[in-house]
Amino acid sequence: MSDLPKARIATASLAGCFGCHMAILDIDERLIELMKLVEVDRSPLTDIKRFTKRCDIGIIEGGCCNEENVHVLRDFRRHCDVLIAIGQCAIMGGLPAMRNAIMHSDDPLRECLEEAYISGKYIRNTTHSIPNDPALPLLLDEVYPCSEVVEIDYNIPGCAPTGDVIYDTLSGLLTGRFHGFEREEIRFD
Amino acid sequence: MDEGLPACEVPLVSDAEIMAVCEGYGNDPHRMLDILRDLQDRFRCISPQILTVVAKQTGSTRVAVEGVATFYSFLSLTPKGRVTIRLCDDIVDRFSGLAEVTEAFETELGIKLGHTSRDGAFSLDYTPCIGLCDQAPAAMINDIVVTNLTVEKVRGIMAALKSGKSPEALISERFGELKPHERATRMVDNNIRHAGPVLLGPVPEDAGLRKALDLAPADIVDAVEASGLRGCGGAGFVTGRKWRFAAQEPAERRFIFCNADEGEPGTFKDRVLLTERPHLLIEGMTIAAKAVGAKEGVLYLRGEYVYLRELLQSVIEERRERGLLGPAILGVEGFDFDLRIQMGAGAYICGEEGALISSCEGLPGEPKTRPPFPVTKGYLGFPTVVNNVETFCNVARILDRGAEWFHALGAGGSHGTKLFSVSGDCLNPGVYELAYGMTMRDFLSLVGGEEAAAVQVGGPSGTMIARDSFHRRLSFDDLTTGGAITIFGPERNILEIVEYYISFFVHESCGYCTPCRVGNVFLQRAIGKFRKGLANPKDIEYLKDLSATIIETSRCGLGTTSPRPILETMENFPLVYSALAKPSKDRIRATFDIQAAIDDARKLAKRRSYIFDRDFGQ
Amino acid sequence: MSGSDFTFEIDGVEITARSGQTIMEAADEAGVYIPRLCDHEGLRHQGSCRVCTVKAGGRSVAACTQPAAPGLKVENETPHITKLRRDLVEMLFHEGNHLCPICEASGNCELQAMAYRLDMTGPTRFPYLEPSRGVDASHPDIALDTNRCISCGRCIRASQDVDHKGVFGYVGRGIHRRLAVNGSDLAHTDAAITDDAISKDVCPVGCIIRKGVGFTTPIGEREFDKGLIGHEIEGKRDE
Repeated sequence: MSDLPKARIATASLAGCFGCHMAILDIDERLIELMKLVEVDRSPLTDIKRFTKRCDIGIIEGGCCNEENVHVLRDFRRHCDVLIAIGQCAIMGGLPAMRNAIMHSDDPLRECLEEAYISGKYIRNTTHSIPNDPALPLLLDEVYPCSEVVEIDYNIPGCAPTGDVIYDTLSGLLTGRFHGFEREEIRFD
Repeated sequence: MDEGLPACEVPLVSDAEIMAVCEGYGNDPHRMLDILRDLQDRFRCISPQILTVVAKQTGSTRVAVEGVATFYSFLSLTPKGRVTIRLCDDIVDRFSGLAEVTEAFETELGIKLGHTSRDGAFSLDYTPCIGLCDQAPAAMINDIVVTNLTVEKVRGIMAALKSGKSPEALISERFGELKPHERATRMVDNNIRHAGPVLLGPVPEDAGLRKALDLAPADIVDAVEASGLRGCGGAGFVTGRKWRFAAQEPAERRFIFCNADEGEPGTFKDRVLLTERPHLLIEGMTIAAKAVGAKEGVLYLRGEYVYLRELLQSVIEERRERGLLGPAILGVEGFDFDLRIQMGAGAYICGEEGALISSCEGLPGEPKTRPPFPVTKGYLGFPTVVNNVETFCNVARILDRGAEWFHALGAGGSHGTKLFSVSGDCLNPGVYELAYGMTMRDFLSLVGGEEAAAVQVGGPSGTMIARDSFHRRLSFDDLTTGGAITIFGPERNILEIVEYYISFFVHESCGYCTPCRVGNVFLQRAIGKFRKGLANPKDIEYLKDLSATIIETSRCGLGTTSPRPILETMENFPLVYSALAKPSKDRIRATFDIQAAIDDARKLAKRRSYIFDRDFGQ
Repeated sequence: MSGSDFTFEIDGVEITARSGQTIMEAADEAGVYIPRLCDHEGLRHQGSCRVCTVKAGGRSVAACTQPAAPGLKVENETPHITKLRRDLVEMLFHEGNHLCPICEASGNCELQAMAYRLDMTGPTRFPYLEPSRGVDASHPDIALDTNRCISCGRCIRASQDVDHKGVFGYVGRGIHRRLAVNGSDLAHTDAAITDDAISKDVCPVGCIIRKGVGFTTPIGEREFDKGLIGHEIEGKRDE
């Protein structure tokens, strides 16, 4: 197994909480095993900001809530052979997508931001304004699951997925033995 | 104007007034729909106070009353205008200038569609097909209907209404003096284009009923079964067999129900029978009563046909006076039968026999679990025969002329004649009575629709065929139809038609079962994506797959047929779909529209995107 | 086997049934689990979720309402039927706002457990409807979060038939059909924490919330952490 050339992996956290990246670390000592098979390219774990090479696997945490998320996700799709959505946010929008349920009015985004920055019950915002620095990416009208923006090859459910299911999926994919999940592994919470 | 807020004041009503209405119906919870219709007419809404009082009077819970009040389109929790204008939003109306007519009403009324004027004088709404596609665009104005609307005509109508004239005065200044039949025919043209030997030709009065008097009930059932008559509402169940089941079931009471709830978009043939052959219809029901041993009946009239209520009521009363209804019909001891009219209130699903019965029981119009079937356990748990208007009319004729005469008409397994409601892009829309078996090509030349590019046979739950199928025949063995033939010329957008039909089913699904309630919304969304050019080629498979699930798991006929407009057009007009689907590029979805997704934020932030606006920084 | 008993088959297993039993009733007694959401022991059958769809004699029917018949051949857990059921469960997920990570019913939720049993792992092709529904916390002991309601109607039937109260009912039509209470809000009904309709087994999801007890059993030690939904019925067969 170790004679094979190492697979290149990239990861990104979009509109999520970084919990799924933390969960990758829950693989614990098996990480050492796994690292024999892979090399990590662009990822917050390596702090590499741009792809250095084409990658075999891209792992995406979080859905798309702003234009930058879309841009990064498309970049991953272009540079990765296989794209994995990890966690509820990447798969279905997750908690950030809760805003979608209130966005049925005529001016939903404004209402959403006003409640978040100005009028909300627990807001202490002395500027009484909505942040609008030119460096801030524009928000999307809704939070989108990754699969609506690009084609996704595999999904690892969970919030966050357990180290076991992440390990099983990754090691399975790397060795060509991934055939879906055991029922006990499927968790949405 | 804010959506959801009452546009005008909830009228002040005393509890005593509400109670009096309930008492008029014996405080009977089974008459809930009548009670609520009555209250809606009087007080223009079913207010929280009305819910509470009605619940108390009828011994129901408030939430149960609310369940009924929120099920039917013609009942409203928020106040409607004293004059409520309901524009028919059928696809044929859309293709006949509905948009201009709507705009004219909005301009004249100063309110938007779906709203009520602040003074409570007018409401303007859309409603699905009201059965006037042959004279579209059409509208209901309270209990009357107006047809062949134009912008000019709308201005005239509104000028009259605003000057304080009643809707009835739009039809005739002497409306009150007119006989019910004349009132109906002044409002609506029958448009009988072809009369056949069974229904629309000359019909002797009560000849069938008189012959039935001498027959034993079982002989009547035999005759109807031998004639080969099948239900004319669309499903085509053998009428005689249905009756036999009901007659065999041991029961204290039995019921004969007439389904006059034709709501399938493009269908209006029963409208003509109800106008021109009401005696024949009730004669048929009376014969059915004798055949199965029923003493009570209900004529379920769709809410959209309220303008025919008076006419039908007068016919019922006349027949009572003449001894053709009531105890000892035509002097025969023990032959008792009478019926009442049950008005619907805007719910297509009530054309499904279980839902129709639920509606008559004062419940939301939800289909019932089968088995048991209505013929064994129907209205209030008693055997109930539900047949279509045309079916009952045929029965009376079969009893008069004999089963063999009827059986000899038609072709193959389809006997007798059929009424066709023809509308859309043709020269002569209207009602045609023809023997079964005609090819579509011959049919189209008869109605002046040779230019047709597509024909919807049997309404949205039927079949949509293209020119290469015009050799097919109208019969139970090939192109079956409850009567609707809607013709579309080459200039029509097939996907627009499909989107309308799916939206119709979404609007009319009762919501009881998951696949129909939710699945149809998904179909509607997916078709919307095709319309906007945001569909992926895989969405074609997705639509087929989702349709299959809805068809296989739905509880009643609505869900098992609602995906048909999609499946039929995919089969017969495949290019319409494939031409609009956009494949992913480099596995990036072309169907995700980033420009649309950031547009709100761009406007709100008053800046351009540094990623997606190419000219950023210029 | 008494005189009126007869047998039929589910996925090749012979099942004994009494006259008048539905397919599901007979299957339950025999220890064969047919997935269901709207059906609940002790309540009348409704047949609305359609998750119990089976193929009986070649026709697709709801096992909870369809009478069993002698010699009937029923397909239950075939790949085709499982796919239909997964579609239905996904429809329910997409119709409401179901966010397992923040739902106190997680682990006890029958909708979630059904998704596990039916191998719902990826995003579905369905759109999320993301409705805007209210939360009714007016009652001192009970809260109602209809974002999570799957319209199973179990609380409606329990309240009507067991509690003889009629606290709950359906209002609206089609996709707008939803659960409502018999009053302006829950505090203005005669709902009580002791009602059968409010008891923990009646609401299959996290819609009816008993205040103050949501996390007495920690995540990870809950009903469906012990086994797949249906394991109790299937356990009968192993005995």
